Amino acid sequence: MRHDTIEKSLNLMMVLIVVAISIGGLVEIVPLMMSSDATEPDEGIEVYSPLRLAGRDVYVREGCYNCHSQMIRPFRSETERYGPFTTAGETVYDRPFQFGSKRTGPDLARVGGRYSDEWHRLHLMDPRALVPESNMPSYSWLAEREVDGELVTAKLEVLQLLGDPYTDEQIAAAAGEVAGRTELDAIVAYLQGLGTNRRNRR
Amino acid sequence: MDTAASYNDKVVRQFSIMVVVWGIVGMLVGVLIAAQLIWPALNFDLPFLTYSRLRPLHTNAVIFAFGGSALFATSYYVVQRTCHVRLAFDKLAAFTFWGWQLIIVLAAITLPLGITQSKEYAELEWPIDLLIAAVWVAYAIVFFATIAKRRIKHIYVANWFYGAFIITVAVLHIFNNLAVPVTLTKSYIIYTGVVDAMMQWWYGHNAVGFFLTAGFLGMMYYFVPKQAGRPVYSYRLSVVHFWSLIAVYMWAGPHHLHYTSLPDWAQTLGMVFSIILLAPSWGGMINGIMTLSGAWHKLRSDPVLKFMIVALSFYGMSTFEGPMMSIKTVNALSHYTNWTIGHVHSGALGWVAMMTIGSIYSLLPRLYNREGMYSTKLIDVHFWTSTIGVVLYAVSMWIAGVTEGLMWRAVNSDGTLTYSFVESLKAVEPYHYFRLLGGLLFFSGMLIMAYNVWKTVSEKKPEPVAVLDPA
Repeated sequence: MRHDTIEKSLNLMMVLIVVAISIGGLVEIVPLMMSSDATEPDEGIEVYSPLRLAGRDVYVREGCYNCHSQMIRPFRSETERYGPFTTAGETVYDRPFQFGSKRTGPDLARVGGRYSDEWHRLHLMDPRALVPESNMPSYSWLAEREVDGELVTAKLEVLQLLGDPYTDEQIAAAAGEVAGRTELDAIVAYLQGLGTNRRNRR
Repeated sequence: MDTAASYNDKVVRQFSIMVVVWGIVGMLVGVLIAAQLIWPALNFDLPFLTYSRLRPLHTNAVIFAFGGSALFATSYYVVQRTCHVRLAFDKLAAFTFWGWQLIIVLAAITLPLGITQSKEYAELEWPIDLLIAAVWVAYAIVFFATIAKRRIKHIYVANWFYGAFIITVAVLHIFNNLAVPVTLTKSYIIYTGVVDAMMQWWYGHNAVGFFLTAGFLGMMYYFVPKQAGRPVYSYRLSVVHFWSLIAVYMWAGPHHLHYTSLPDWAQTLGMVFSIILLAPSWGGMINGIMTLSGAWHKLRSDPVLKFMIVALSFYGMSTFEGPMMSIKTVNALSHYTNWTIGHVHSGALGWVAMMTIGSIYSLLPRLYNREGMYSTKLIDVHFWTSTIGVVLYAVSMWIAGVTEGLMWRAVNSDGTLTYSFVESLKAVEPYHYFRLLGGLLFFSGMLIMAYNVWKTVSEKKPEPVAVLDPA
């Protein structure tokens, strides 16, 4: 077919454009969706508890991914610094994924248990009190905001609908579990659970 | 004059002016966040002024508000001139203008409030995503209906690129944003983990490939020949590089996920296609630059052409750098560092912004019935300010990136790590200053442009331009 034919027919050109742009995505994405490697949880990986889910959503809201990755690559220098490399099965309940693409601060994939709760609280309130060279902003408002139990319940219902294995009992108990907790409590709980399914051993 | 016999330049004028406005806003936010990285006190402990909430505002404003308005303006102008008809559906075209501006304002409100999906360049929440889809469909209808009623047989090459950009961005936007709402301001994406990551970077890389490349190549294919007064260098090259560019780009996304838990086969595919992508990208650069054959002397006197040629040079440079960074061995060093930021800005400032600025300078006098811009001298000043700005920015981020990459991987002879993380942050601080300076220069260039544009458009009332009969 001469290109002349395509240039003279808008419909033909549009169809060919759609064909040309469809193949790459279909080949790369569809098999991944079918693959159990990409969709089955690792041993020890469970859905986020209501408080940790609320904390994760604070992490998402504040845009922590702009400076922190959650993806330890399989290099010795990375496993030495951050712990065992991240696997696909550790991220199957992450909506959205938070791999990140820039490290202005360190990777957080296995930050859980590395510092005390109190360290995290102080650090989120005033990063330079603990790390003088840090350029991280302060997130002091998190201490003043309470987690909304009703909202957490609604979130769990949506996640259950999407196929995350929350039980009805878990959802019923969610509001009680987060009652009286601040967003600071929630994000610390989230951070303290990150990557703890595999111990930081070499 | 009978409206059917004149071009619809009103919507083109509206979008063109907003290019300058959003350029200033988006780059101002960029300057602020660059300063926050040096002086964290500039976050003022206020949620809505915090770096992590403003950085998405910066990227969205520059890509979708500044770049988007430029694409709307030029595509509406080019499609009318190359099809020799008035733009289809005046009211729908007006809807795309006001709809797009509303989306930008909503983004500027919601992102600082922390209403975000936290997927890069797709941060906006579901109600705004729906509005984007509606405006985009309207855009497609206006654009393709105009081509459908063209008065010449052939569809001009610029319109192939604009057309592919419009179709592909619709597909990318819809599939990457499929989410179930919890409230008006919070939703959960239907994909998880690695699948979500693959979907996101299929979107993210092609937002670059189509929004920031194919669309701007459309701009290049009209405004460079026009400004140089020469025909496009090679028709055959434009055919070959168009089809290969749009087909190959769609495979390259996984290079954003090298050495992550994305399966190796997908990473390898992403790397291979990214390297192949060098060829169609350079096809476009060569076709643009060689269009100046026989007109090189015009570079001496025409700063608008200088903007375009430097833009094409940065395009060539970035599309060499990109494939290089997608080689896994190189990526192991560059990923997560400021090198990526440097790469993005040599593309976004060097290619996208410079091509936009050149095209707007070329377009505005025609839209306002003037011989040329108010001051050619000021265009030249703008040209040098921005060029020095981009170079400072890119070079400082390259050095910073390589420094970080090397420090993170450095080990002592006993196998322990040489540097703590914060030492690498400390080491790149000087480059943060140079980056801020580069950004400030580029930003001040936009202010010069705003003054020049104001002087150009405020003097005369625009008059309708009659539709030209095909030759």
